[in-house]
Amino acid sequence: MASAATVAAGALLPAIGHANPLAQLNFRPDSNPPADAVTPQAIAMAYNNFYEFGTAKDDPAANAQRLTIDPWSVEVAGEVAKPGLYALEDILKPHALEERIYRLRCVEAWSMVVPWIGFPLGDLIKRFEPTGDAKYVEFTTLYRPEEMPGARSIFSGIRFPYVEGLRLDEAYHPLAILAVGMYGDRLPKQNGAPLRLVVPWKYGFKSIKSIVKIRLTARQPRTTWNLSAPQEYGFYANVNPAVDHPRWSQKTERRLPSSLLRPNRMDTLPFNGYGEEVASLYADMNLRKNY
Amino acid sequence: MGIVVTLLCLSPLALLGYDVALEVMAPGSRLGADPGEAVVHFLGEWTIRFLLAALSISSLARVLRRPRLIRHRRTIGLAAFGYGVLHLCAYFAYLSGGTLGSLVGDLSERPYIFVGASALLILTPLAITSTRRWQQRLGPRWKRLHRLVYVAGALAIVHIAWLAKASYLDAMLYGAWYAGLMAERAWASGRSRRV
Repeated sequence: MASAATVAAGALLPAIGHANPLAQLNFRPDSNPPADAVTPQAIAMAYNNFYEFGTAKDDPAANAQRLTIDPWSVEVAGEVAKPGLYALEDILKPHALEERIYRLRCVEAWSMVVPWIGFPLGDLIKRFEPTGDAKYVEFTTLYRPEEMPGARSIFSGIRFPYVEGLRLDEAYHPLAILAVGMYGDRLPKQNGAPLRLVVPWKYGFKSIKSIVKIRLTARQPRTTWNLSAPQEYGFYANVNPAVDHPRWSQKTERRLPSSLLRPNRMDTLPFNGYGEEVASLYADMNLRKNY
Repeated sequence: MGIVVTLLCLSPLALLGYDVALEVMAPGSRLGADPGEAVVHFLGEWTIRFLLAALSISSLARVLRRPRLIRHRRTIGLAAFGYGVLHLCAYFAYLSGGTLGSLVGDLSERPYIFVGASALLILTPLAITSTRRWQQRLGPRWKRLHRLVYVAGALAIVHIAWLAKASYLDAMLYGAWYAGLMAERAWASGRSRRV
């Protein structure tokens, strides 16, 4: 309902008075929203994992605001017919934006429900014409230490730049999107502005933020958390209550906001509840081995 | 002085109680989106701080030549135990599934939980025998028993290092504190042997 009102307002009101006319996004509301209650926007903006800005949950909101996101460009490389450095405007231009209200399940066993605004990742990848050798997509987050206090830390448990990846058929799945907004607005910087991945059936760390590079590859990308602790974070990282993280259970999750008197604990669903749509991608795979 | 130390030991708990009271009245106002997790970590942090503080007392007494400081060790050690018990209770309620089965599962499957629980288990007899009466009853054995606190301290640091995901800074700071105390003890005992 709220998003429909936003669309109407965006369509009817002239952009006069807005410092940035792009601040108002035009998008099609989610036609198939989940039954889950949407997490309050203030919480989705205040409770983030974005280690380039610090490891505490409130660090990104505090430290990301100095990040320069305009101008922004994305390098497209690897097994494609049309590699190059693309301005963000050119990346976005042909794509109609749509809202997708998705559950977000973090590997740390908390979860949220976020109304993203974006477009199917596959539609973008096809524009660069992947070659026959392209089997995987690798994404890289911006690495700019002078604007990222966490990226300067010598005690960090991971290396930068942050890298994530998908198998090409996963990337082409219609549920996988690139987001430019949430809650009717442009993405806040702590949530991965100006362009991030959202793959709702995988643990949140797969949904890489502030993307500056997309590379099509023949071999499985070497991804950040998988390199840091391979026995804890697999390349696939599909949400799976049957495979525990070695240090904690994945059977249940804390849906945020949780409360002290009534902890909002619920069962975690295979593929985060998107099994009907995506399980076929992994039909002949052992998901205990390929966690 | 005794009352000051007691109040200092209780002040983190008072701060937490204040935050919890406000949080319960207005959810999300003080402890963030995941208040249970915040409470668990707050209590865990203060457990290890008080444990290392208790271990620091004898070093301080030697370095500052103030042997009377030793009488505050019991209060600080008991505070460490108390925060540890509350930490475990909060863990049980908010992070483990809140059922006995989930806690048993955690203890058997997750070594860092087992290590933390072991540290607390070791502290339990030390807390019970911390009274003057037990001290007299056990005589020289009391000191030997209470040397177990070094094991508990080491286990607590292993616990915090093992659960670290993002940054090893905390574990390294606490580890350095512990190592410093051990070094001072080695130095002090070497000196007393020579004398």
